[in-house]
Amino acid sequence: MKIKFLSFLVVFLITSACGANLPSITPTPSAPRTLTVMTHDSFAASESVIQAFENQNNVKVQILTSGDAGTALNKAILSKGNPLADVFYGLDNTFLSRALDEDIFEPYNAPGLASIPDRFKLDPQNRAIPIDYGDVCLNYDKTYFSTHNLPPPQNLSDLTKPEYRSMLVVENPATSSPGLAFLLATIGRFGEDNYLDYWKKLVENDVLVVNDWEQAYNTEFSHFGGTRPIVVSYGSSPPFEVIFAEKPITEPTTAVITNDSSCFRQIEFAGILKGTKNRDLAEKWLDFMLSTTFQEDIPLQMFVFPVNPAAKLDERFTKFLVIPDETANIPPQEIASKRDAWIKAWTETVLR
Amino acid sequence: MKSSANLRTLALWSVPVLFLGIFFFYPLSSILRYSLGRSQTGILQPFLEAVTSTYLLKILWFTVWQATLSTIFTLLIGLPGAFLFARYQFPGKALLQALSSVPFVMPTLVVAASFVALLGPRGWINLILMDLLNLTAPPIAFTNTIGAILLAHVFYNTTIVLRLVGDFWSRMDPRLSQAAQTLGANRWQALWFVTLPLLMPAILSAALLVFIFDFTSFGVILVLGGPRFATLEVEIYYQTVSLFNLPMAAVLSFVQLGCTLVLTIIYSRLVTRLSRPLSLRPRSYNQQKLRTWRERVYALIIVACLVGLLVTPLLALAVRSFTRLEPDRGSLQTNHPGFTLDFYKELSINRRESIFFAPPSTAIAVSLGYALATVILSLLLGLPAALAQTHSNNSPINRLLEPFLMLPLGASAVTLGLGFILAFNAPPLDLRTSPLLIPLAHTLVAFPFVLRSLTPALRSIKPRLRQAALVLGANPLQVFLNIDLPMVARAVLVAATFAFTISLGEFGATALIARPDFPTIPIAIYRLIGQPGAINYGQVLALSTILMVVCASGMLAIERLRIAEIGEF
Repeated sequence: MKIKFLSFLVVFLITSACGANLPSITPTPSAPRTLTVMTHDSFAASESVIQAFENQNNVKVQILTSGDAGTALNKAILSKGNPLADVFYGLDNTFLSRALDEDIFEPYNAPGLASIPDRFKLDPQNRAIPIDYGDVCLNYDKTYFSTHNLPPPQNLSDLTKPEYRSMLVVENPATSSPGLAFLLATIGRFGEDNYLDYWKKLVENDVLVVNDWEQAYNTEFSHFGGTRPIVVSYGSSPPFEVIFAEKPITEPTTAVITNDSSCFRQIEFAGILKGTKNRDLAEKWLDFMLSTTFQEDIPLQMFVFPVNPAAKLDERFTKFLVIPDETANIPPQEIASKRDAWIKAWTETVLR
Repeated sequence: MKSSANLRTLALWSVPVLFLGIFFFYPLSSILRYSLGRSQTGILQPFLEAVTSTYLLKILWFTVWQATLSTIFTLLIGLPGAFLFARYQFPGKALLQALSSVPFVMPTLVVAASFVALLGPRGWINLILMDLLNLTAPPIAFTNTIGAILLAHVFYNTTIVLRLVGDFWSRMDPRLSQAAQTLGANRWQALWFVTLPLLMPAILSAALLVFIFDFTSFGVILVLGGPRFATLEVEIYYQTVSLFNLPMAAVLSFVQLGCTLVLTIIYSRLVTRLSRPLSLRPRSYNQQKLRTWRERVYALIIVACLVGLLVTPLLALAVRSFTRLEPDRGSLQTNHPGFTLDFYKELSINRRESIFFAPPSTAIAVSLGYALATVILSLLLGLPAALAQTHSNNSPINRLLEPFLMLPLGASAVTLGLGFILAFNAPPLDLRTSPLLIPLAHTLVAFPFVLRSLTPALRSIKPRLRQAALVLGANPLQVFLNIDLPMVARAVLVAATFAFTISLGEFGATALIARPDFPTIPIAIYRLIGQPGAINYGQVLALSTILMVVCASGMLAIERLRIAEIGEF
C-alpha cells in the first residue's frame, strides 16, 4: 500500500516538474519561442490580435493571470530576479511606486512612446510604459431621475445636498481600486485639508460604502434593482450598458458626471521584468502593445482606453463616451507617500 | 510488538506528512521567513507592534466572536436536519441532500446578490412585509450587518454538520436509545443521556471545521459584512495586497495559525476522551418512514427551515437567470419581467472574439477534472492518515502530528499563494506556473475534511473485529480491505463529496494560478461579474445556475456510487 502511494507521489512530482519545465527547454531554430506575459485577471484580448503578433515574430504568447492587480504585482515582486514571465502588464498609477521602489523592471525607451502624450508618462526612466487609461467617475441612473423629476447632481459638492440624501453608493478605498480612485478625486477637488470635511457631510447625507465595485454596481445601484441611483463606477460604463444590453437599446440608460474635475484617471502600465531571458521578444511585445493594432482592441476587451491618440475608437464610444476635460490632479509621488495615511484617515472618518 | 505498532503508524503517516511538508509547510515557512525578513526594524518589532496596540486585539475579538455565533447557529440548524436525514426516509430526500451541498460551492459575490434579491431594501421579503404591514420603509436592514454575515455562514456551512453528523448518526445502533426508553427514560432523556454523548465526536468534528471555516472567513465578511467588519483573514489580505506590509501580514498569519493549532489540540484532547467503539448498523436498519403525525410535523418544520435557508436563495438566483428585466424597445420605463434563454445562449457566443473565451462546456470539464483529481489525491492521503490515527490511539506520534494536519485550513490563501512563488522557484520543483498546483491546493483544503469524515467512522470499529481477523490469519492489508474499508465505505463517500465540492467551489487559490484559457466555473463567473452591462450580469447568473446543477448532479452521482452496504455488515 505504502509503496504504491510513494511511487504515485514520485511519479506525480516528476511529471509535474517536467511539465513546468517544458517552456524553458531550448528550442530548435524553427520552433517558435515562448513569450510569457504576467497580468491581472481582467486581462483580455482578441484572438486575432494576439495571433498577429505570434505570426509576425514566430513566437507563442503565454498569458499568466495572477489574481487581482495588487496580488499579481506582489507575485512579480516575490519572483524578482527569477521572474515568472518576461513582461508584466496591469500596474496602475496608484500601485506604480510600489513596483518602482521594488525595482522589478528594466528600462526600455520604446520608440512608440514618442507619439504618446506626456500626461500619460509618469516614469521618466521608462521602466513603466503607459498602455491604457480609464476614468473613475460618478454614474447615475437616468430613469430614476427622470421618473422622480429631479435634476441629476452636477458635481461632487451637489452630493451633500439634502435632495440627494441616501442616493450615493461608493466603494471602500482600502479594498477597491475605483474606491481609491474616487477618494483621490475628492482629495484632488477639495484638497488635503478639506476632503475629510466633505466626507463627513457625505456620511451625514447617508452615503453607503461597500467593499467591491461588483457589489456597488450590480447590487446596490438602482439600475440593477438596488436603491441607490448614484454610484462610483467608470466613465466607460454608460457605453457598455449599450454594447452589453439585454435587448438592443439606442442610448445609454446611465450617465456620467464629469464636471469640475470630479473624475480620477487611472493609467495602466507595462514593463519588462528584470532577469528576463527574452529581452528582444519583450521589447517587441511592448512595441506591439503601443501599436494601433493592440490599442484599438483594448476598449471592447478591457473597458479602458488607448493612450495612443492614433488608435481609432468604435463608433459606439465616439457617440456615448464622455471623456472629462480635466481630471483630479495628484502627482504619483504624493499618492505613493500619502496613500496609506489618506485611507487610514478616511476609514476613521467614514467607517468608525 | 509495541515498536512494530509504532513502525506501522510511522509508515502510514509518511505519505501524508511528506505531502504536507512539501506542499504546505515548506512554502508557508518560506513566505513567513521572507515577510519577517523585510521588517526594517528587526524580526521582533512587528510582533511587539501588534501586541502593544489594540488593533490586533480588536480584530481577534471580532473574528472569534462572529465565528462562535456562526458555529452555534449552524449547529442549531444542522443538528435537527442531521437527525432527520439519519433516521427517516421520505420522498425527495436525496434531492434535498444534494441541494443542501450546493451552497458550499457558490461564489460569495453571487450569493450576496441572491440574498440581496431576497432580503435587500427592494428584496421580495421587504416588499411583501411593507405591503402587508403598510410600511413606508423596508423593515429589514440586511446589507453590511452582522446578521448578513451570520446568515451567510449558516448558509455555507450547514452542509458540513448535515454530512458529518448525519452520516455518523445514520449508522448508530438505535437499540441503545431504545433500551434507555424501555428502562423508563423519555424521548428527550434518551437523546440527552444516550444519543448525544455517543454522537459527540462527530458533533465536535463538525463544529471544529465549521468554526475554523468561519474563523478564517474572507469573502462573506468582505462582501456581505461590508467595510466595517474585518476578520484576521481579511486583514491579512489587506496588509499584503493593499499596504504591502508583509511583516505585519506575517504576524497576523502567525496569530491565525496559532489559534487554529490551539483549537485542534483542544479538540483532539476532547475527542479521544469521548470516542468509544460502537457497533455500527447499516443505514437501512435505522431509517424508517414518517409514520405518526408528530413525526410528519417535525419533518415538515425541519425541511421548511432547510429549504428556506439553503434552497430559496439559490432558487431566486436560478429564476433570475431565466428572467429578462429590461423593457422591450418602445415600451417606456415599465419593467415586464419575461422568460428568456438569452443569457444561456450568450454564454456560448464569443461576441468579443476574446482569446480567453471558453464555452461553458470547457469550464464544466475543467472544473470536473480538477474535482476528480482532488477526490483521488485527498483520499489517497487521507486514508493512511486516518488509519494511523485510529490504529494506535495513544501513540505519541499521533498526539504530536494530529493537530498539525488541520493547519492548512488556518493558512490564508494569499499568504500560501505567495509562499508557492518563493518556495518552488527552481527545478526540480519549479511549479510556480504549473496547472498541477490547482488540484494540489484544493487537496490541501480538502484533506482536513477527508480526515474528519474518516476518523470518527474508523474509530468506532470495534478493535476485536480486527483482532479476530488477524487471529484467523489475515494480514494487515487484508484486514483493511475486508474489515475497515467496507465498514467505512459510507464515510469514504462523505469524504469524497467534501473533496468534490471543495474543489468545485474553490476560488481564492485557483485565481492565483489558473490558466485563463482553461478556467474553472467559478473563475469564469468572476471574470464576467467584473464587467458592466446587463447581458454580462445575466451570464453570471446563468453560469452560477450551471454550477449549481453540476454540483447537485455530482452529489447525486456520488450517492449512486454507494456500494451495497447492507450485505457488508
